[in-house]
Amino acid sequence: MTKTITDVICPFCGTLCDDIEVVVSDDGKQLHEVYNACVIGSEKFLHSQSKDRVTRPRLRQADGTWKEISYDEAADYTAQMLAKAKKPLMYGWSSTNCEAQSVGNEIAEISKACCDNTAAVCHGTTLIAVQDIGLPTCTLGEVKNRADRIIFWGCNPAHAHPRHMSRYSIFPRGFFTGKGQMSRKMIVVDPRVTDTAKMADVHLQIEQGKDYELLNALRVAFKGEWLPDVVAGIPKEKIREAADMMKSGRFGIIFFGMGVTQSLSKNHNIDIAIAVTKDLNEYTKFSIMPMRGHYNVTGSGEVFAWQFGFPYSVDLTRGFARYNPGDTSSIDLLNRGEVDAMFTIGSDPGAHFPISAVKQIANVPSVCIDPHLTPTSGVSKLHVPVAFNGVETGGNCYRMDNVPIDCRKVVEPPAGMLTDEQFLIMVRDRLRKLKGAA
Amino acid sequence: MSEYIIKNGSVFDPVQGIKGDKKDIAIKDGKIADKVSSAAKVIDAKGMTVMAGAVEIHAHIAGPKVNLGRIYRPEDKLFSCTPTRGMERMGGGASIPTTFKTGYEYAKMGYTTAMEAAMPPMFAKHVHEEIRDTPIIDEGAFPVFGNNWFVLEYLKNHEIENTAAYIAWLLRVTKGYAVKVVNPGGTEAWAWGLNCLSVNDPVPYFDITPAEIVKGLIEANEYLGLPHSVHIHPNNLGNPGCYETTLDTLKLAEGMKAKNKFGRESVLHLTHTQFHSYGGTNWADFESKAKEVTDYVNKNKNITIDTGNVTLDETTTMTADGPFEHHLTGLNNLKWANVDVELETAAGVVPYIYSPNISVCAIQWAIGLEIPLMIKDPMRCYITTDHPNAGPFTRYPRVIKWLMSKKARDTQINAFKHKDKVLSQTSIGSIDKELSLYELAQMTRAGPAKCLGLANMCGGLKPGMDADVAVYNFNPDKPVANPEDIETAFSRCAHVFKSGVEVVKHGEIVGTGNKRTLWVNVKVNDNPQVMRDINEKFIKYYSMTQANYEALGHHFVPNPYALEVDATHV
Amino acid sequence: MKNPPALYLEADNVTPDGFAGKTAAQITELHVHEGNTTSTLGKYFEVSGNAGATAADTKIIVKGDVKKVKYLGMKMSAGEMVIEGSADQYVGAWMTGGKLLAKGNVEAFAATAMRGGELIVEGNAGNYLGAAYRGDWRGMSSGKILIKGNAGSDIGMYMTGGEIVVNGNVDVHVMTHAEGGKTIVKGNTKSKLGGQLVDGTIIVFGNIETMMPGYKPNGEVELEVDGVKALFSHYIGDMGERHKKRKGAIVYGNLYKKI
Repeated sequence: MTKTITDVICPFCGTLCDDIEVVVSDDGKQLHEVYNACVIGSEKFLHSQSKDRVTRPRLRQADGTWKEISYDEAADYTAQMLAKAKKPLMYGWSSTNCEAQSVGNEIAEISKACCDNTAAVCHGTTLIAVQDIGLPTCTLGEVKNRADRIIFWGCNPAHAHPRHMSRYSIFPRGFFTGKGQMSRKMIVVDPRVTDTAKMADVHLQIEQGKDYELLNALRVAFKGEWLPDVVAGIPKEKIREAADMMKSGRFGIIFFGMGVTQSLSKNHNIDIAIAVTKDLNEYTKFSIMPMRGHYNVTGSGEVFAWQFGFPYSVDLTRGFARYNPGDTSSIDLLNRGEVDAMFTIGSDPGAHFPISAVKQIANVPSVCIDPHLTPTSGVSKLHVPVAFNGVETGGNCYRMDNVPIDCRKVVEPPAGMLTDEQFLIMVRDRLRKLKGAA
Repeated sequence: MSEYIIKNGSVFDPVQGIKGDKKDIAIKDGKIADKVSSAAKVIDAKGMTVMAGAVEIHAHIAGPKVNLGRIYRPEDKLFSCTPTRGMERMGGGASIPTTFKTGYEYAKMGYTTAMEAAMPPMFAKHVHEEIRDTPIIDEGAFPVFGNNWFVLEYLKNHEIENTAAYIAWLLRVTKGYAVKVVNPGGTEAWAWGLNCLSVNDPVPYFDITPAEIVKGLIEANEYLGLPHSVHIHPNNLGNPGCYETTLDTLKLAEGMKAKNKFGRESVLHLTHTQFHSYGGTNWADFESKAKEVTDYVNKNKNITIDTGNVTLDETTTMTADGPFEHHLTGLNNLKWANVDVELETAAGVVPYIYSPNISVCAIQWAIGLEIPLMIKDPMRCYITTDHPNAGPFTRYPRVIKWLMSKKARDTQINAFKHKDKVLSQTSIGSIDKELSLYELAQMTRAGPAKCLGLANMCGGLKPGMDADVAVYNFNPDKPVANPEDIETAFSRCAHVFKSGVEVVKHGEIVGTGNKRTLWVNVKVNDNPQVMRDINEKFIKYYSMTQANYEALGHHFVPNPYALEVDATHV
Repeated sequence: MKNPPALYLEADNVTPDGFAGKTAAQITELHVHEGNTTSTLGKYFEVSGNAGATAADTKIIVKGDVKKVKYLGMKMSAGEMVIEGSADQYVGAWMTGGKLLAKGNVEAFAATAMRGGELIVEGNAGNYLGAAYRGDWRGMSSGKILIKGNAGSDIGMYMTGGEIVVNGNVDVHVMTHAEGGKTIVKGNTKSKLGGQLVDGTIIVFGNIETMMPGYKPNGEVELEVDGVKALFSHYIGDMGERHKKRKGAIVYGNLYKKI
């Protein structure tokens, strides 16, 4: 027999859909079906059932093979590694819950480490921009209920956040938007003709690397000032049309992603997009929101911020918190050879970091906490698999609009497997003894 | 649990009317006791001042806009972070401290209870995570109601019972403490870029006025008999001439009587009154209307206020008055953050520098001091800085110094670049009054506790109350040689006890105790209509499910303390 | 440098202010940090000579390979310092006075939020030269920087005063968000010059690959820059940004490109 669990939160992307339904066996040990999730989310739940999961920690041997060890031994190894290191880096945190992130922070503080999350390769530049210019934003329900001008700049939700447009941004019939997508105008700015761009009322096929210039041109257009004939491959008439379309709305929103956060100018692209949003508030109501990737990278930023004061790239090596991406950020630390131990959790830098940085991970003592076999677990010395957060254990997470939603446990993990939080507590307690800390 | 006896101190306790007598304070099993055994640890408080732990009635210390402030102001932490030390976790943030630092700094100044002034209900989990991570002090949080779609729709038709049922539901699912109102109606208007600047401006689409919202919420609050009154940040904050809107708002409470079992006698609490006491028509003729506002409050005994003192620092403003923050960034061009929250509220954040060289800032400083010095009943006026809006809460000792020493006030006035304007636009120069320690205890302990409905628990040293005790290195029998000594004494306590556990000794943290999250659990009659309305709005308009909104597991509130209210017999 | 660190060193005490009034023996005892470990300067450097009584009387010469040493000259207020080779990040960061000379290259964040004094780099400078600290709208306000080689991106961000001169080329983003000050680039630039600039002056002798659309052509003008007289195209902007008024007239930023 089976039971259906409702109001399940999908632990994959920043859309953090919370209307998922999961059918499990009565004894809660097997997950059978997933409803309402997109194909990526369904797979997140279903792949937890693979028969070939690694279920115990494994330590790389001198001959290159893996040897299975106990969680106790793994916790010993990890604590000793962190205790010995002069500048360990504790990276990731984006695919785990806030409770685990908090224990991680205790560990980082005791071992005087650098800690960082996946914003370092994603929306960290957004955070830098927000720090320089602010952030007029809203919750996703405001978009659903009020927005009639939707701009996707440098992002492709059709692929990366598949249910975003149906749950929040284009299709829903909200309180003031009863005609659904017919109440809305959609502008997409992207050098490519993506599946999202194909849906747009206006597609500005921008010249790569010129987002900063085009956003500058929009600000000039708002003020009715002189413009050159073409900016970023877009003729000035089209720019003025786009500016007018934005101004004529009742409530607009700009969603943006890696197309602008990790291309030329990075934080400046976001900074000036925020300036555009701020300018538009002189004429109408406008907000801007980053399309966060990992389902709890936002949470990691929140927990770092309320405990240490900064949202990512935090350096605790002097016993107090310091922050300056370029100095304290993970890829820079690795590339420059600043780090002598690597602890990865809830992320896959082996896949996402430049190869020069990944080589550094291979050169230093390293631990990877991840249920999967990944490029990171491949180059690490110790691989500790844990239960899938949001599937086999619950815990709080933060959506892309910073709304907290408490994930649920829907199915039991394989017998004897620990959660992130449980393993981190073991590491913390051993580290306290090693350091003689309170 | 340990027993303590604090001997030889000068006790100031308005709950028992003790005005500086040398009395022993006994602590046993977490409470103030009549007596203790000879095994009790002796604390010698000779030459010191003993009061109950202070009660912070309004500060922005936990939640999404506070954290947005932290995230977007790395410069607030540059060169000023404190390292991990003994049992203290590392801390940082001059105007927006991290949660660990918040708890330690409050405790070191003798504060043992603090209220988070504004909780957006949809973000309750975030507020509670930060409260949980704030050591030592008991905390509660006020959900905001003044722009909530349910409230706007029910009160348009004056449906008090339905409004009350909704309030009860929301307090329960968010573990909230009181009915907070911020810029009523205006923040919903702000979702369209508009505002309500007077109590009669109708809210777009919902077509209800701020006056109707406020009156309806006061009625619903008294219908339920909640521990605290409606707590209001009126429309038109911060604009020259706004005092008229303030008086219009206060008048809405005329004739209303408090109904509750918690000893509360007020029906409306006006917060950060300084920001709402401005006259003039522009920044040039900007002047104080502190007298007009305090005259009204003095005459109308069902009103309480807190001050909102400007401390002349670089700080960060943050409020659910979204349109005000947009207006402020237009004035100072500093980075502006804004978050509109579906169906509920909004928030805005903008840094601000209260420079002593700017006449407006100096006048604001003066108004913040005029108010408590002109108030006749100190049990109805409480000291705050609306942290961090008018200044960081860590400046309370400096505010106390200004209130207790005319000499200190004069020193500051003489240091202003536009001293003449401060003297001509306010009456601060002619006020000789200096706050006594007893009045200070009324304004920082007994008064706020009573207003919050906590008079039986804290704010006093009567046997049976929680053993929240603060001992200051301040000798009331000696004349004050230098006003700076006042600030020094109130910055770091000699001893602080929280629920009978010693948490501060000689200004250092020595224990973290077992902090509680205070919330209000209201029982009302079943109301199927309201439950249906809630279900419907979640299905149609919210972006999360009702079940997920209502979930607030133990890991968010590990040590809850519920004040029980039974409103079923009404 | 006698004992190269495995990681990097943080030497924030190596400034005239940090050394003032100390003997060589005392200087040897000053703290230096390698990751989360603290040791003394003497572990990594030979120290010879005594400091002056005050920072102003103190001259420091840093010899050897300090490519992995950060914060040299940080917060210095007076005196002189010479780095004979190349140094890492934060050279002269938050300095308020004195003269700092780096004969090699310097990495990112040199002269962060400079308030006075002089920084000369004979080699190249990295990114964020003379920029503000993260989140701070108050960047470099006074002082002079001369880079004889090239510089990286984000120079003079949030600048409010002072002068930066780069003899070589620069990367993207020059004086973004500036509210005053002057930057002169003798070599070539790429793009995003004067983005979101409220006030300030940018003078370019070489190329500008892509102009910001917010810069409006405003004729030509002859200028004397660093002893050189030449004809420059004049642009005003950023036309998309807010600007102040002085005596009733709007004050724009100025961008000059040598013709």
